[in-house]
Amino acid sequence: MLVVEDIHTYYGESHALQGVSLEVKAGEVVCLLGRNGAGKSTTLKSIMGIVSPRRGRIVFEGEEIQGRPAHWIARHGIALVPEDRRIFAGLTVQENLDVAQARRPPGERRWSLERVFDEFPMLAELRDQDGGTLSGGQQQMLAIARALVTEPRLLLLDEPNEGLAPVIVQQIGALIDRLAETTTILFTDQSVPFALKHASRGYILQKGRVVYQGSIETIRNDPEVQERYLSVA
Amino acid sequence: MESFLAALLNGLEIGLLLFVIAVGLNIIFGVLGVINFAHGGLYMLGAYLTYTLVSRGGLPFWPALLLAPLAVAILAIVLERLVLRHVYGRHVTDSLLLTFALLLIIDDAVRMIWGSGIQVVTPPPGLRGATSALGFSYPVYSFFVMGVAIAVMAALWLFFTRTRAGRVIRAAAIDRDMAQTIGINVPLVITGVFALGAWMAALAGVVAAPMRAINPGMGDRIIIDSFIVVVIGGLGSFPGTLAGALVLGMIYAFGGRFLPELNLVLPYIGMALVLLLRPQGLMGRRTG
Ligand SMILES: Nc1ncnc2c1ncn2[C@@H]1O[C@H](COP(=O)(O)OP(=O)(O)OP(=O)(O)O)[C@@H](O)[C@H]1O
Ligand SMILES: [Mg+2]
Repeated sequence: MLVVEDIHTYYGESHALQGVSLEVKAGEVVCLLGRNGAGKSTTLKSIMGIVSPRRGRIVFEGEEIQGRPAHWIARHGIALVPEDRRIFAGLTVQENLDVAQARRPPGERRWSLERVFDEFPMLAELRDQDGGTLSGGQQQMLAIARALVTEPRLLLLDEPNEGLAPVIVQQIGALIDRLAETTTILFTDQSVPFALKHASRGYILQKGRVVYQGSIETIRNDPEVQERYLSVA
Repeated sequence: MESFLAALLNGLEIGLLLFVIAVGLNIIFGVLGVINFAHGGLYMLGAYLTYTLVSRGGLPFWPALLLAPLAVAILAIVLERLVLRHVYGRHVTDSLLLTFALLLIIDDAVRMIWGSGIQVVTPPPGLRGATSALGFSYPVYSFFVMGVAIAVMAALWLFFTRTRAGRVIRAAAIDRDMAQTIGINVPLVITGVFALGAWMAALAGVVAAPMRAINPGMGDRIIIDSFIVVVIGGLGSFPGTLAGALVLGMIYAFGGRFLPELNLVLPYIGMALVLLLRPQGLMGRRTG
């Protein structure tokens, strides 16, 4: 479904991604692991078109998408939940969803607002509240819901459990498991436990390069790899 | 009492018209991050086009009210696509210099096309003369100006709160990158917003044409007033823009009537007071 081939992404002169390659097959849940500054967010932003790789190819469902603007990529089936969530403060919960909703006939929607409110009853209660006033966990739920109403086939989640209470992390994990039945998912994290539970495969990034790929179990059973490339949870 | 009421009405009229202009400036800043000096020029073009269509072309006033703002909005689309687009994301001084240059170019173009004298447009029949409905005599046309401004204000409010397009513009103003990430075509939104702001400035120019002296300095004058409005009211705030516009309108109206010697400096005194006492403006949000 998604093939990233040797991409190099820069911020000005700083060479953030130095040849990242990875693949996500339809139906998979894949995790991108790495420490602070390893390039996880930059990889997701490159796929989403928020930053453009200077070299390399990104192929989504058979079509090259590198260099396309983010709104084009969003309309062609990829959604990103950024690590800082970026809820529109000043818009209500409902308005946050409304502006993101894909324009298509209601019959062709997988994520109508009713279904979103079914899946996230908490958001239904908060629907008229200013998005800027939500708690961290509520914002994360809204950010995921906002991504879903764009009707993605591939969902990118950037550190979805970062800074959240254990209860919320559990809820997010359960949500990822449920979404995985219908949506392909690529998410990032700094440590192993969450990935082990919810992803089938993983990549480890270090200084803008992929240094490991394979099953999460292998990583778990290899303290040296964890020590060298990851944060201890 | 009469002169107090007349000044109050006059302040309302000046303030409401200023609101229509300054709110466009404010929306453009919110979405583009550009302080648009050329806004005053677009207002002036609205007035001059009305002069050409009505006083020269013999057209009635009403089609001019439709055509002139439309023409200016189309010009704005061309300007945004060809010129402005190149300075987004650069330092704010770049866009300041660029739009200031555009204002100077519009000023000179106006002098070349229409000359530097004062031009006049007469109000449409039915809106001429004065009415004594309130117990004292006041120009009928002034009530029309207030009506148009209030209609624009109401329409804007409905647009931004009740329509999807309005909410999309608000989202793009809050976080451009995130808006793009959820599928909003932000470059298109930007063009639309610039055209909308230009349309409002030109509409104000058309409406002002029959009551103000049309001259090549009117754009500079109005852009300064709009900046004062934004400073008083606060950048990025709708209610603030209305408050700032009404305050400035009242300063002009009451100052002109009761303190004519100070009339020219009063607006600046007001602006300085706000800057000293409440730098974010009456209703603006405090920023870092
Ligand atoms: N906007 C930016 N401008 C300049 N450099 C940046 C920018 N964003 C990231 N970088 C740099 O690019 C490199 C990769 O950053 P990135 O945010 O992709 O890492 P990450 O793996 O997501 O880290 P974290 O776990 O902290 O989120 C880092 O060296 C970072 O300092
Ligand atoms: Mg990151």
